[in-house]
Amino acid sequence: MAVKIVERKPLTFAERTYIPQILGGLRTTFRHLARRKETLEYPEQRPTVPTGYRGVPTLVKDPHGREKCVSCQLCEFVCPPKAIRITPGEIAADAPTHHVEKAPQAFDIDMLRCIYCGLCEEVCPEEAIVLQKQYSMTGYTREEMVNHKDRLYELGGTLPDQHLKWDKKKSAEEHGNDRH
Amino acid sequence: MVDFYLQLHPVVQGLLKGLAVILVIFPLGGLCSMAERKVSAWIQGRQGPNRAIVPWAAWIPVIGPFLQRIGLFHVMADGGKMLFKEDALPGHVNKFYFVLAPIVAMIPALTTVTTVPFGAYLDPSGQVIPIGLANVDIGLLAVFAVSSLGVYSLILAGWASNSKYPFLGGVRASAQLISYELSMALSVIPVFLWINEPGSEGTMSLSRTVAFQSQPGFWGGTWFIFLMPVSAFIFLIALFAETNRQPFDMPESESDLVGGFHTEYGAFKWGLFFVAEYAHMIIGSAVFTLLFLGGWNPLPWVSLADLMNWAHHAIGSPLVIHPLVVGLISIGIFLGKVILGIFFFMWVRWTVPRFRYDQVMELGWKKLLPLAIANLLAYAIGIAIIQK
Repeated sequence: MAVKIVERKPLTFAERTYIPQILGGLRTTFRHLARRKETLEYPEQRPTVPTGYRGVPTLVKDPHGREKCVSCQLCEFVCPPKAIRITPGEIAADAPTHHVEKAPQAFDIDMLRCIYCGLCEEVCPEEAIVLQKQYSMTGYTREEMVNHKDRLYELGGTLPDQHLKWDKKKSAEEHGNDRH
Repeated sequence: MVDFYLQLHPVVQGLLKGLAVILVIFPLGGLCSMAERKVSAWIQGRQGPNRAIVPWAAWIPVIGPFLQRIGLFHVMADGGKMLFKEDALPGHVNKFYFVLAPIVAMIPALTTVTTVPFGAYLDPSGQVIPIGLANVDIGLLAVFAVSSLGVYSLILAGWASNSKYPFLGGVRASAQLISYELSMALSVIPVFLWINEPGSEGTMSLSRTVAFQSQPGFWGGTWFIFLMPVSAFIFLIALFAETNRQPFDMPESESDLVGGFHTEYGAFKWGLFFVAEYAHMIIGSAVFTLLFLGGWNPLPWVSLADLMNWAHHAIGSPLVIHPLVVGLISIGIFLGKVILGIFFFMWVRWTVPRFRYDQVMELGWKKLLPLAIANLLAYAIGIAIIQK
């Protein structure tokens, strides 16, 4: 490759006084003075949250209103700061979702411990725990910062489900096939 | 009212004037600090402080939110905070000088204000009479003499803090002020050579320089910034150095000296240093306005007397040339120019990076001083030929 020698021109007198450069700088800063401000005035203006954002972890229901969590406790196991605490429970024999067998009796996420890593969402086989778009989590006491099960469902709401795997399993069983 | 004031004992008059200076300069210092924060924010693409508001102001429909947006209530909040927070006195300092330093900073700042005329009115015979607290004939000399005492406060603060960064800040402050005072004084000598014509009474008065810039005719009405651009340029640069503003804020230089001379200070003592700094800025731009920007004359070649006579002819009411009206208009024009000057200080702060210490010294001694001497010689010869 040919070497191109760049000539180092000596500074002209005007350049050595720095005055034209300083005037140019003053022009630049003055233009910035009148320009639109970048500040987002937070409580009034909210940022647009991008898709895939990892906000506060929540529990979700499927479109039929069934709680998706089967309390397998994988999230509790994987959670690096040990923020999740699950107490598993049986589903009542007369409930329409009895075939799911288990559901959490209690599900607590301590938001003072949570690091928003999203491992719980990744590990969940039921897609029941989802980090959604809420980015601001505040409270006045330590107790307030622990999200209990009802609060988690309130935050999570219902998400669309393409598989409805437990319904498929139930219909398979009803047609005489092995449900596994 | 005026007669009652003039009947008072001179000491009472002096006290009232002193109170007036304090009541004007302290709020102005606060407003300047807010202006500084706002201008910095706008240049950096931010909004700046705009949250604080007191409830009764929030009830006023348009003005309340506007005052909130420009951060006026932050000035009060900051002032209140500075007054009421704990005024810690470090254990390792020389207590007497440590407490003395902010007071020494305030005295020259408040004293020089009195010698600066800030407006004018027309007396019944059409003569322009300057308004000022103390219209001393040595004018600029008094300003130079007293304002340069301000550096003692920085040296005292730096030394009394008994800690290395404040000490370095104080040393730099003294060296910088000595270097730039020379060029500053030399740069204004042409102005006074020009206004002290042969045969006239010798004067250093600042109002006289303004009177010289408001004469009729092309050369009479020319502001000295056009007549002596090099003087104005040197004076401006020296002014930046004297007021310790960027790019010459050697005594402070946050990045290499923590906080410079005021590292060990807090609360109201720290606030006093800053009111003093802003007072120096106000006085600096006031003196620059008086010397080079025509003082209270609205435009080059349009003097205050011309303006008021035109207004008198146009409106026809004798109220227009009432001393009070003319005085307020002239003070308004003058303050407008001073505010532009202060804005320029802040504008430059966010444009030019700070010089290194050796660069400051080189610029002062090797560039500005020879330039100032050459400028003085050139103008001295020129004025000698013209005014012979």
